[in-house]
Amino acid sequence: MEMTMVQALNQALRGEMRRDDRVVLLGEDVGKIGGVFRVTQGLQAEFGGDRVIDTPLSECGIIGTSIGMAMYGLRPVPEIQFADFIYPAFDQIVNEAAKYRYRSGGEHTVPMVIRTPIGGGIRGGHYHSQSPESLFIHTAGLKVVCPSNPYDAKGLLLSAIRDPDPVIFFEPKRVYRAARMDVPEDEYVLPLGKAKVVRQGEHVTLIAWGAMLYEALAAAEEARQKGVDAEVIDLCTLWPLDIDTLVESVKRTGRVVIVHEAPKTCGFGAELVSLICEKAFLSLEAPPVRVTGWDTPFPYSLENEYLPLAHRIVPALLQTAHY
Amino acid sequence: MMHYVPNRTVDLTQLGIERVLGPDGRADPAHDPRLDTKLVVRIYESMLRARLIDERMLGLQRQGRVGFHVGFRGEEAAVIASAAALRDTDWIFPCYRELGALLWRGFSLETYLDNMYGNADDVVHGRQMPDHYTSKKLCYASVSSPIGTQITHAVGYAWAAKLRREDVVTATFFGEGGTSSSDFHAGLNFAGVYKVPTVFLCRNNRWAISTSADKQTASESFAGKAIAYGIKGVRCDGNDALAVYRTVQEAVLRASRGEGPTMIELLTYRLGGHSTSDDPKVYRTDEEVESWQKQDPILRLRRHLELLGAWHEQDEKQLAAGVDSELKQHIEAAERKPQPELSSGFDDVYAERPWHLTEQLEAIQNGPRPKRGH
Repeated sequence: MEMTMVQALNQALRGEMRRDDRVVLLGEDVGKIGGVFRVTQGLQAEFGGDRVIDTPLSECGIIGTSIGMAMYGLRPVPEIQFADFIYPAFDQIVNEAAKYRYRSGGEHTVPMVIRTPIGGGIRGGHYHSQSPESLFIHTAGLKVVCPSNPYDAKGLLLSAIRDPDPVIFFEPKRVYRAARMDVPEDEYVLPLGKAKVVRQGEHVTLIAWGAMLYEALAAAEEARQKGVDAEVIDLCTLWPLDIDTLVESVKRTGRVVIVHEAPKTCGFGAELVSLICEKAFLSLEAPPVRVTGWDTPFPYSLENEYLPLAHRIVPALLQTAHY
Repeated sequence: MMHYVPNRTVDLTQLGIERVLGPDGRADPAHDPRLDTKLVVRIYESMLRARLIDERMLGLQRQGRVGFHVGFRGEEAAVIASAAALRDTDWIFPCYRELGALLWRGFSLETYLDNMYGNADDVVHGRQMPDHYTSKKLCYASVSSPIGTQITHAVGYAWAAKLRREDVVTATFFGEGGTSSSDFHAGLNFAGVYKVPTVFLCRNNRWAISTSADKQTASESFAGKAIAYGIKGVRCDGNDALAVYRTVQEAVLRASRGEGPTMIELLTYRLGGHSTSDDPKVYRTDEEVESWQKQDPILRLRRHLELLGAWHEQDEKQLAAGVDSELKQHIEAAERKPQPELSSGFDDVYAERPWHLTEQLEAIQNGPRPKRGH
């Protein structure tokens, strides 16, 4: 059945809540209205207020209580309304959820999935547009996922809920209702830690995830008109990284361009470049290139200048290919 | 238009203080929980044993044999009588000054000392500083150093139990300094809204490192804060083991009956430093400390038991000798044990070790290693 990412996520949650009564959803406005993006729409009506919980307006409270629920043996799926609002819960995520298994010698574990919309492109300004993924990738003990399409979103969310470790599940809000595709009604899981080659090519490896994958694909088509054939990889899971798929591709193409919305400095692209240099240095024919957001807060009016859209990716591909 | 109508008028200065033991050691018959004397003796023995262990750890740290210790001298009644009032299946979400609660539940000295030395047998593999222990078996969460973070965990755990219709109460300890944290606010707020069976145990020991209690709040009392969250707040003499037991037990039973959370302010005093890294002489007077030494919870309970004829000088000596010998045995054993294996440092980050951690471990294994020790 053809559906949007919002519908696919909703179907994944509904299916998993029917299958496993330990799964509970909690967050701001997730119950009665089904979340500000309607991902949890209709779930409180089916599962009741005990399993789809409208919480007080406190991110540290949402994540802190989710940690306690996970320790009890539930499978909480807390929602943070926008990734921009995750910082009040940063201490709970970084110092508690991420370290609980390690610091208790594996006695206590905190399996939970923190769902949160990420990225710009909806005219949301500073506080409805951020991409803070590298803060969480940098934190040992967390897994970080960011699907780019409805099909992957469903399969990855189911894997994340069944995973024994805390997972930050970033949902690219620009894609929520923009892309439609066939998503099977039945359950299926897509393993965490696997990237996908979504377009094969021989000249340049182009790495992206989430909403920017569409820009990467558009840029690859345009570059093709100019004789440059890019191989596009969708990371799907940001951490743990599918390093093998990246290295295999870069060893063939010898060139790499990385795209992300987050600011350039200490963005995940920096880590990807380092890893590629460590593992494929002798195959490189050109310096790795990053096409990213600016090292500024996310601007409102200049959103389309800030975002690494196709018009900025194309010249990066051409320059890298002809270096 | 809706108007906010307060459902009660509260004068915070009028929150009474729960107390049972008088200065002469007699129990006030109007408030005496009338516990079995055997239980009171057990509580006393546990308090004294905890004090002796605390003193020895302080000594070991001063001798450079353990790296750090966070003591609890003066707060034994607040912690141990609270633990005694909980049921074994109720969960404790500790701050870092509640070793006594874990010892009450039967945490072995051997396991504790392995943690103090961070050796190969330490349950947490030497990954944390000393005094950061855990015991799932004893329904005790893991100690972390950030302030207040455990409060929301306790609420989440009890909330989950309530959702699953299981009779579990959680108790969470924190200092009066912890009431300034955002997690305190979130925890009490969530617990109030969803009527969660959690008992909040605020050890008001007057000092958060060097910051006095009056710099944490302008409220008349810490227990008074509970009222703003729509939950019950109680003040209790935290150096009075019988009052602590009675107050905590009432709160636990109340939570268990589905009547909601309670916050208890346990009025006590931290007789020692914040930790072995602290020098309290810099920020408080000897007179202040001496005045609290007169209200030492161990002295007060001993006086009571002596009046009952249930405790004698000989019992005291015998217990001290026993603790001394078990300490000697386990300290020697813990000191002899090796450091944790290198590879253990890369375990339990995730359920399964991902490629990048395997790579990093192998690089360390194949490279130069530091000399033994620190």
